[in-house]
This record gives sequence, C-alpha cells and structure tokens, in this order.
Amino acid sequence: MTHNKAAILAEGLEKRYGKTQALRGLDLVVEEGTVFGLLGPNGAGKTTAVRIFTTLLKPDAGRAQVAGFDVVRHADLLRSRIGLTGQYAAVDEYLTGRENLEMVGRLYHLSKATARRRADELLEIFDLVDAGNRTVKTYSGGMRRRLDLAASLIVSPPILFLDEPTTGLDPRGRLSMWELITQLVKEGTTVLLTTQYLEEADQLADQIAVIDQGRVIASGTSDELKVQVGGERLDVSVTQASSFDAALGALKPYSQGEAQIEAERRHIVIPVTNGARLLANIIRDLDEAGVQLEDIALRRPTLDDVFLTLTGHAAETPAAEEEHDATKKDRSAERIPA
Amino acid sequence: MSSIEIPTSTLQPLRRSRLYWTIADALILAKRQLKQIPRIPEELVFSTIQPIMFVLLFRYVFGGAIAVTGTTYINYLMAGIFVQTIAFGSTSTGIGIAQDLQRGLIDRFRSLPMSRSAVLTGRTIADLVRNTFVVLVMIIVGLLVGFRPAGSVLGWIAGGALLLLFGFALSWLGALIGLSVRSVEAAQSAGFIWLFPLTFASSAFVQTSSMPDWLRAFADHQPLTLVINTVRELILGQPVGSEAWQALVWCLGILIVFVPLAVWAYGRRVSR
Repeated sequence: MTHNKAAILAEGLEKRYGKTQALRGLDLVVEEGTVFGLLGPNGAGKTTAVRIFTTLLKPDAGRAQVAGFDVVRHADLLRSRIGLTGQYAAVDEYLTGRENLEMVGRLYHLSKATARRRADELLEIFDLVDAGNRTVKTYSGGMRRRLDLAASLIVSPPILFLDEPTTGLDPRGRLSMWELITQLVKEGTTVLLTTQYLEEADQLADQIAVIDQGRVIASGTSDELKVQVGGERLDVSVTQASSFDAALGALKPYSQGEAQIEAERRHIVIPVTNGARLLANIIRDLDEAGVQLEDIALRRPTLDDVFLTLTGHAAETPAAEEEHDATKKDRSAERIPA
Repeated sequence: MSSIEIPTSTLQPLRRSRLYWTIADALILAKRQLKQIPRIPEELVFSTIQPIMFVLLFRYVFGGAIAVTGTTYINYLMAGIFVQTIAFGSTSTGIGIAQDLQRGLIDRFRSLPMSRSAVLTGRTIADLVRNTFVVLVMIIVGLLVGFRPAGSVLGWIAGGALLLLFGFALSWLGALIGLSVRSVEAAQSAGFIWLFPLTFASSAFVQTSSMPDWLRAFADHQPLTLVINTVRELILGQPVGSEAWQALVWCLGILIVFVPLAVWAYGRRVSR
C-alpha cells in the first residue's frame, strides 16, 4: 500500500488509558494540502489521535506517519515539520504576545534575529500588533487563541494540527479563526482539525471523518456525509397528544430518513431536503390532518443528529454514557423507520 | 490579511550540536521564568514572608527556650533557615510544572523540536536564582536580629555553593512530583508533605542531642541535617566534619536518581 501523497496516515491506532480504551483501531489518510476534519463528541478519541500524530503519546498498537515520518521512530525529525494548537491556548500568561512568539521561535531553533522578525510578521498577520507588548493575561479569549495559532505557525510547518480551535470562542472569534484557517490552506498547509461542530467541519474541511469511541464510523466529503445524514432537520412540536399520530402520518412523506420521536414531549424531528421550499406544503398538510402546531422549525443537522443517524445513539461522552444509558434505550425503542 | 507563508528558506533552523541546544533551550526557558518574577511580585513576596516569619518566631518566641552549645541561638538558627528556605522553595518547581501542564504549555513544548530536558533544566535553574534571592533576603533579616556569623569568605562561598547544589537537587525531585500528580493543588501539597517532617526532625531548629534516641538516629543521618550542619559550620567558621562529604554525596545522589527520572516522566506526560 502506498500513500505517496498522504501527509498523515494512521493504521489501526490503539490507545488505552487504564480502563478507558481511547482509540480502537483508528484508520485515516489525509492528503497533502487538504483540510481534514475529525468530527466527534467529547471523549471520542480526537485529542488522543492528535497527540499521537504530534508525538506527545505513543500508540499501544498500529502505526502512524506524518509528513512521511513514523511518529514513534522519527519523532525528533517530525517535530520541526508540524505545528500544534491544542484545546487550551498554550501560551505563557505572564509573557507578552511578542515574547511568547519569540520564545517559541527560539525553541524551533531559529536565530534570535529570525525569531524576532517572524514574531513581528505573525503579530501583524494575526492582528495583534497593538497587543504585542502587553502580557497575555490582558488578552481576550479570541486574542489568546490567535496568538496560540500564530505560535504554531512560527516555522510555517507543512502540517498543522488544530485540536478544537474554536471551542470556547464567541461567534465573532470563531469566524475570524475560520478565516485564518481558510487562508492557511490556500497557502498549501495540510490541516487536521478536530471539532465537535458539524458546521465547522462543513465550513473548513475537504474530508471529514466522524469518530466515535475510538474509531472512524463514517467518512467522506461534507456533501457525502450530508447525503448520509440528510440535509436539514425539521423540528415539529404539536399541542395535543391526540393529534401526535396524525402529525407523524402527515410528516412521513417528507422524511428522508428515520424520524426521531419523543412522544411524551409531543416532539418529532425528521430529516428533510429542500426544507425551505417544502415548508409551506408541510404546514398545509399538517393543518389538513388537523394538527395544531406548537412550534415548527427548520434547522441544520447537529453533531447529535449525525450520531443518531450513524450510530443510533446520541453523541455523549463515555462518562455521561452510563447514567444516560436508560434514556438512550427508551429513545431507540421509539425510533421507527420512515 | 496578508500572506501567512513566507519563503521557508528564511526560516531555517540553526545547525548546532546537541549539547549546544541542551544548554541553549534550557536558558531560553529559564529566561522565560525569570521574566515572570517581577510581573508576579506577590509570589516572591509571599515566598519571602514565610521564612521571615520563621526567623522571627524562632528568634523571639521559641529561641529563649531552646539551648544550643557553642554559639548563640540566632547564629545556630540561620543555617537551618537557609536550608529550609531552599528546600521549601524547591516545591515551586513542581507547582510551576503542574501549572504548565494544566495550561497545555508542556504539550506545546513537547511538540517542538527542542531538547527534552530543557523545560525541566530551565525551570530548576530559574528556581535556583529565585531561591538565591530569598536566601539573600534571609541573610539581611538575620543580620538585623542579631545573626553574627564568624565564617571566612571562603567558608561562605562553600556554604552557599552547597546550599544551592542541595536546592538544585531538590528541585529535580520537585519536578518529578509536579509531573506525577494530576493538579496544581496536588503538586503543592505533595511537594510539602514530606519536607515538613524532614525539616523539623533535623538539626534546623534544635540540636539533635535533645531528641529521643530513635528519632535522633534518623535525624542525624538524613540529608537535611547533613547539609544544615555543614552549612552552619562553614558560615560560622567552625571546624567542618565528615558530614560535609556525606552531604555532598546526598546532593549528587539525588541528582543522579531524579534527573533521569524526571526527564523520563516529562517525555511521557501529557496534559489532562
């Protein structure tokens, strides 16, 4: 098997922490110059995978190559070719933005002058010039993340790992982060990013792998995944329990997949395509069936919807899984084929 | 937004020997921490206030009730205070590393092509500089409350060197603790818990001859007593016994065991 163009390659990666099996045979291939989105809930194994790719952890089994280097055997060579931005802004709070960048530059073994020049450039690019001489403690969350991303770009590494780059950012911070990432990719950097947001993977990634309990459960382009999970979701709540079945009947013809039903809350979710165009028809059909609507809303599928469709269970962390086990079973029992 | 990429030829790393980077990387990280000190003045202030309180407490509260032979109590006390200050100060190495772990900084450092020991060496060096400053303050405080050492300049240099070597060695032990625990709070308590009995069951504040035999047997042979006695003899101008060699062996022994252990633990530890 040859993957000449593979910037990142993983085969059968396994990793266990004590009793928790974080990765159970993860396989993936990321082509050079593309953005790869690793999509999954908390505890799915995303961070563990990133840590193996960035030489922070050794896998228990399987192998991984990044930029053609084995992550275990050639870890030293690999480190000068990757950049990592973790879940938390890994910058020193008591240093200024400029000092942080210069320090990382020096630790990449750039000369003093080069590290200084590069810090200036990056502060400019990341719109941090005015804040450059202030300690990071005074920065907003978005500014910290930008500085953190800047630090991972010091040597313009060909491969960049972004572990949940926008978690905890406000919508504006998220948008500016997306812009930066899009810009990077134009320059030819290969990016592997992890996210809990379907929308983010959709916006940024050429290829997406959905990961659950340590293995990939679906992969493809954003469009391919959308076909699998359906384009949009229609949320319907009815006022009277008596008209619930009528509502279900009226909605059935529009449903592009399995409906999600919560009878006690008189709530139905169906996957639809071209929902906006069909909405008027749907409402008319519901009206003709004598259904009184409490609420109706068209929305994009969330990670939860993806998980329900692909795995039959909601996106949950392993810790939360046990306590919700009972409710989950109830819910799956109520699912009916459309 | 302008282009992010610049020609990579201008971003070539310098080519130097492995040894060069081991030292250079450590100094870069030591500098990082020394820069922080004036920016978090309260940290230095509190780490200075504690030993000052010990000096005053033992000088004026307990001192009168404690008999020592050969010198005044304040002269006897100060070597104990110096070693205690250095030993307690070494816990800040572990706390600092636990903080870096918590903030994800260790992950970043470990993903960089830098020397593996640099984070720890940098921190232990910086902590040594900081602790030296605190000891200097203690000397001044001691002089103000009647400390009158009669040791030679050479004796002071030797005593100071042993003190710093001991502090440096304990810092590596602190580093291992910081890398082994799960939180900053745990690093704090785990760092202190073993030091407390060791400091008090030593010759820091009382002569071990006043202790029951079983305790004295322990106190006389544990490293803090050996270091304290040697430093005391050196700075007070008293004849130095064979304890000096034993103290030195302890320092080197701690380094030989804990430097590789801490570096090994660093190579395996990720933030959680």
